[in-house]
Amino acid sequence: MNGRDVVLSRLRAAVSADGPAGRVPRDYRRERPVDLDRLVERLTDYRARVHRVPEAAVADTVAGLLPPGATVVVPPGLPPAWLPPTVAALPDDGLDVARIAAADGVVTAAAVGVADTGTVVLDGSPDQGRRILTLLPDLHICVLRAAQVVAGVPEALARLTPRRPLTWISGPSATSDIELDRVEGVHGPRVLHVILLP
Amino acid sequence: MTRTFLGMPATAPPGVGHLRGDEPFPAAARRALADPQLRRNLGHATGTIRGKSAAVIDEVPDWPQLRAAGAAIKADVMARLPDLLVQLEAAVTAAGGVVHWAPDAVEANRIVTGLVAATGADRVIKVKSMVTQEIGLNEALSAAGITPVETDLAELIVQLGEDRPSHILVPAIHRNRAEIREIFLRAMPGVDPGLTDEPAALAAAARRYLRQTFLSTPVAVSGANFAVAETGTLAVVESEGNGRMCLTLPRTLITVMGVEKVIPTWRDLEVFLQLLPRASTGERMNPYTSMWTGVTPGDGPQEFHLVLLDNGRSAVLADPVGRPALHCIRCSACLNVCPVYERTGGHAYGSVYPGPIGAVLSPQLTGVADNASLPYASTLCGACYDACPVMIDIPSILVHLRAEAPHPRAESTAMAAAAYTMDHPTLYAAAQRAARLSRLAGQRGRGLPPPLSGWTASRDLPDPPAQTFREWWAAR
Ligand code: SF4
Repeated sequence: MNGRDVVLSRLRAAVSADGPAGRVPRDYRRERPVDLDRLVERLTDYRARVHRVPEAAVADTVAGLLPPGATVVVPPGLPPAWLPPTVAALPDDGLDVARIAAADGVVTAAAVGVADTGTVVLDGSPDQGRRILTLLPDLHICVLRAAQVVAGVPEALARLTPRRPLTWISGPSATSDIELDRVEGVHGPRVLHVILLP
Repeated sequence: MTRTFLGMPATAPPGVGHLRGDEPFPAAARRALADPQLRRNLGHATGTIRGKSAAVIDEVPDWPQLRAAGAAIKADVMARLPDLLVQLEAAVTAAGGVVHWAPDAVEANRIVTGLVAATGADRVIKVKSMVTQEIGLNEALSAAGITPVETDLAELIVQLGEDRPSHILVPAIHRNRAEIREIFLRAMPGVDPGLTDEPAALAAAARRYLRQTFLSTPVAVSGANFAVAETGTLAVVESEGNGRMCLTLPRTLITVMGVEKVIPTWRDLEVFLQLLPRASTGERMNPYTSMWTGVTPGDGPQEFHLVLLDNGRSAVLADPVGRPALHCIRCSACLNVCPVYERTGGHAYGSVYPGPIGAVLSPQLTGVADNASLPYASTLCGACYDACPVMIDIPSILVHLRAEAPHPRAESTAMAAAAYTMDHPTLYAAAQRAARLSRLAGQRGRGLPPPLSGWTASRDLPDPPAQTFREWWAAR
């Protein structure tokens, strides 16, 4: 018997007396209306900084968040109009780890926003890029459209594609490991800005 | 083990891993009770987390419905476990991953060590995983000349302090900030000698220390919170970003997962991703959750191995009363509300799984004879059941295991009385109030709460909580 056969035959023996499985009650809340103010409140509560501006003002907003000459990692599909001329863009054409790690920030779009939990979800689409891009720079600017925001976790999962690599981000990197107090800033980006478009 | 029994449900083998303590619970608990610093640290930390968790659970009007759904999904998983694992294997394989099956800790360690050795790496980065502690993977890797680096802040504190984890979620919960600073100053290479004990400064020190290791280590080992059978998707829930580092940067990713972590459908995540963070860290959502399915070309590890571990789980599955212990999503809420855990801390339980869930899971994984005192490491007060996001009736499993455990007569009599009282809620509530009043009177029973006070009668303890969990729960 190989390991697979051993494990499976043990488990089969363990459930051999089981009857048919019971029904799963799913009377929890789903498909609720979206409240953008709640998203803003909950993002802010976990120390993300939120900027509500029209799309035409994205570049100016980004310019205000980074010093002139700052290097910014850019996923391949990011709308060029979102970047101000004041920053040095590093388009990801296979950037190596050292260059990503040395950048001052990264600008991406998002796939979904979750109002209840103050979460943005990235799914690796061209305007969000590889997972590493939003991991190593210390500052992440994420542009989210109102139409991408859903009320809760069930609605978010319904919009996402499991086969894509997904990163759910709720505020900057944090830890509760020291006396169970939330402290921002461990290994991921220590600063998270969300630019929320109408 | 003889070949005849290879295919029958089996407990975890002795001599490997960390499911068995060196001494019975009462002896270990007595030592913990004599450490006032430990009790202060635990009291502060568990009090903080209870408050945070209660506040964010209060925001969710359908919490009872979510708990009921979570419990039902898990019961369904257990009934169909072999088929779901075969489905998971097919989905992971189709997405470019490789699935391995480990009947026990020895086999799992052999598989992982072999996979790491095949890459030529002499170091792996690890993201917190109860199951790799359960099987003693770090010891096995070290014996093969491979250095495991724990990257979770609390695990790092434990590793640098040459200590043992004492909590599921916050393994260094028994350490306060001043002690953590001392450990870093003593054992962290290159640490700034001017380091303060501000939590932000301590976190920044860990960030600096681990950065280069993250960037230069080609293999990572992780656990998993959930694995979706229908899609082959794995999920890891974390806070610091060390998980993302481990799941994104290395060329090779090896995930070790207890077989019970599988869930049937993508949609089932909508239940557990709401239950887990609020019950666990008391957050609406933890800072980072990563989900991946096999290998994504050009993004993240290009080699992915999933190791499915039994190590006693088949034996738990085979016991209809004990089986719900496998429903656990490792949120640690039951630890944080437990009056016994709050006094003794996690080390007293011996196993890597402490607290109420450890008291029912460890003896079942090893066979009750090897952890015979753990089913008694409880007052049967029921706070754990009330707090559990997947509604595991821990007190009933404890009573069931006591019937199997060899035990002193006095204990068994006291326990039988307690079990009777538990079944009669009014009596039970009255007894709990009376017990607290007697402790408040301050003369006797200042060790563990009754009926465990006989173990610890003369110990000095902090004042009992002003409310019981039940009163608190009812009042909120
Ligand atoms: S038994 Fe329940 S409360 Fe305890 S850790 Fe597991 S899921 Fe959480």
